[in-house]
Amino acid sequence: MPPDLSILIIDENRIRASIIEDGLREAGHERVTVVHDVNEAARTIATTAPDVIVIDLENPQRDMLEHFFSLSRAVQRPIAMFVDRSDGGMIEKAVEAGVSAYVVDGLRKERVKPILDMAISRFNAFARLTRELEEARSELEDRKIIDKAKGILMKTRGLSEDEAYQLMRTTAMNQNRRIIDIAQSLITAAGLLDP
Amino acid sequence: MSLVPITAGFLPLLDSVLLVVAREKGFASAEGLDLRLVRETSWANIRDRSALGHFDVAHMLAPMPIAASLGLTPLATQMIAPMTFGLGGNGITVSAGLWQAMQAAGAPGDLDPAPAGAALKNVVGNATRRLRFGVVHQTSSHNYELRYWLAASGIRPDEDVEIIVLPPPLLPDALGSGGIDGYCVGEPWNSVGVATSGARLVTVKAAIWRSSPDKVLGMRADWAQANAGSVAALLKALHAAALWCSDPANHAEIASLLCQPHYLGLSPELILPALTGRFDIGEGTEQIVPDFYIPQASAATFPWKSHALWYYTQMVRWGQVEHTSVNAATAAACFRPDIYSAALANLALPQLDYKVEGGLTEPTSVPATSGTLTLAPDGFFDGKPFDPDAIDTYIATQQSR
Repeated sequence: MPPDLSILIIDENRIRASIIEDGLREAGHERVTVVHDVNEAARTIATTAPDVIVIDLENPQRDMLEHFFSLSRAVQRPIAMFVDRSDGGMIEKAVEAGVSAYVVDGLRKERVKPILDMAISRFNAFARLTRELEEARSELEDRKIIDKAKGILMKTRGLSEDEAYQLMRTTAMNQNRRIIDIAQSLITAAGLLDP
Repeated sequence: MSLVPITAGFLPLLDSVLLVVAREKGFASAEGLDLRLVRETSWANIRDRSALGHFDVAHMLAPMPIAASLGLTPLATQMIAPMTFGLGGNGITVSAGLWQAMQAAGAPGDLDPAPAGAALKNVVGNATRRLRFGVVHQTSSHNYELRYWLAASGIRPDEDVEIIVLPPPLLPDALGSGGIDGYCVGEPWNSVGVATSGARLVTVKAAIWRSSPDKVLGMRADWAQANAGSVAALLKALHAAALWCSDPANHAEIASLLCQPHYLGLSPELILPALTGRFDIGEGTEQIVPDFYIPQASAATFPWKSHALWYYTQMVRWGQVEHTSVNAATAAACFRPDIYSAALANLALPQLDYKVEGGLTEPTSVPATSGTLTLAPDGFFDGKPFDPDAIDTYIATQQSR
């Protein structure tokens, strides 16, 4: 068995960083270091001599990180992004997921690929999770607004809850608008009309 | 007729203006192009996403296509620059504290690089710690020009001071918090430093290396070959944009275009100085720099091969690449005046692809492809010319020092 690879994760997003770290540890990697700030990375690179560095693509400090490589004694060996430049599909997938990776030249592709695959899939999972959370949050917001609009209709028109909802639904369909928009206008109008 | 889509990456800097104006003022669509602009957060992303084909073309640091073609950077790909985004455009700004020390050491405060450099050498010699300067990328015009200015002033860039890399929008804050003592960056980030961090503009690119390019239109060589028609259309659109930008009557409109959140996201007052040449260089001191940024005049967008070669000599000088005749040829091949001249054949263009930097000391009328063309003075502040025909001697002289 070749020695375990040393992996450095640089991510300002602490949750995403820990998701990736967990994945790597589950896969049996013991030498995983996480930093949240590129400034810390300089010191960490010197002490941990990473073989693989994973950084999120949106981090504006990638330029700075690459500069550290050129200064660092620990990673003075040339560093290339990904193992094999010819592996365009892999690079493409990584960039789409928002992952950038640096790998010490000379490492065998089979050793690094699983690590990058893991980082890519966890980045994608995190993005999906964030999107779903966002959707759930706005759904909840929508429901609150619709409930409030229903309340206004029930009070001013003397309707039941069902009737109030049906009225908004029909109006939305007739006007080719979303029910949430009808509810929103209703609340705004009620606010204006309130003494 | 449907428009041909072209996706261009850019960083929030003044000289992205030609791309923005080409899109917003309809010059791109007039040439049959749907020019889509994507703002990026780092030069590394510009480089990688250009190499991967996410971007067809990009706003690049002038040395970037050269570094990529020489294999100095990750995802090394053959890149070319068939046009530059004008002349000048950057400056060197220092913190209030460093400026005070430089002033005490005799810096006159007139943006002249020679006395400012002499004062800085004096300060560096007496400093209790190594001063730290920021640049935006390792293979950037800023890195090479800052180093040139320091070295010509007797300051060794790697021993006497420290040079670090930060993205442009983070430099003013780093200066304000004391993390760095000075930086070299494109506008408007010098004006931002003066306005927000009490900084002082000490010199400008237009004085260190007169009539020199900062950014270029970069693209993969194979993409350019496969899309020659679109490249020519884009060059025409960008030329029209450059012409429009060079009319002072349009400065206010340019500033209001660029200030939008998806472009620079800064107030027009911070964008205007680079266009008008009227700067607040610190504490309300006004200074006029007429040639600070030249978008069109003086063959400003023509990709001189001698410019590519000078950047190459600096990569050699600072140990980034070994000098061989093959490497020099690769560097020169990145700038493509042939593509430029073919697309813009109806203009009065330079007849040569190379010129001696430092050959012109005053505005000079030179023979052009049709009629004549006036070129502005060029060359370096220390008076040392760069003759591309004597590149070996130039490199040897710089390395012996």
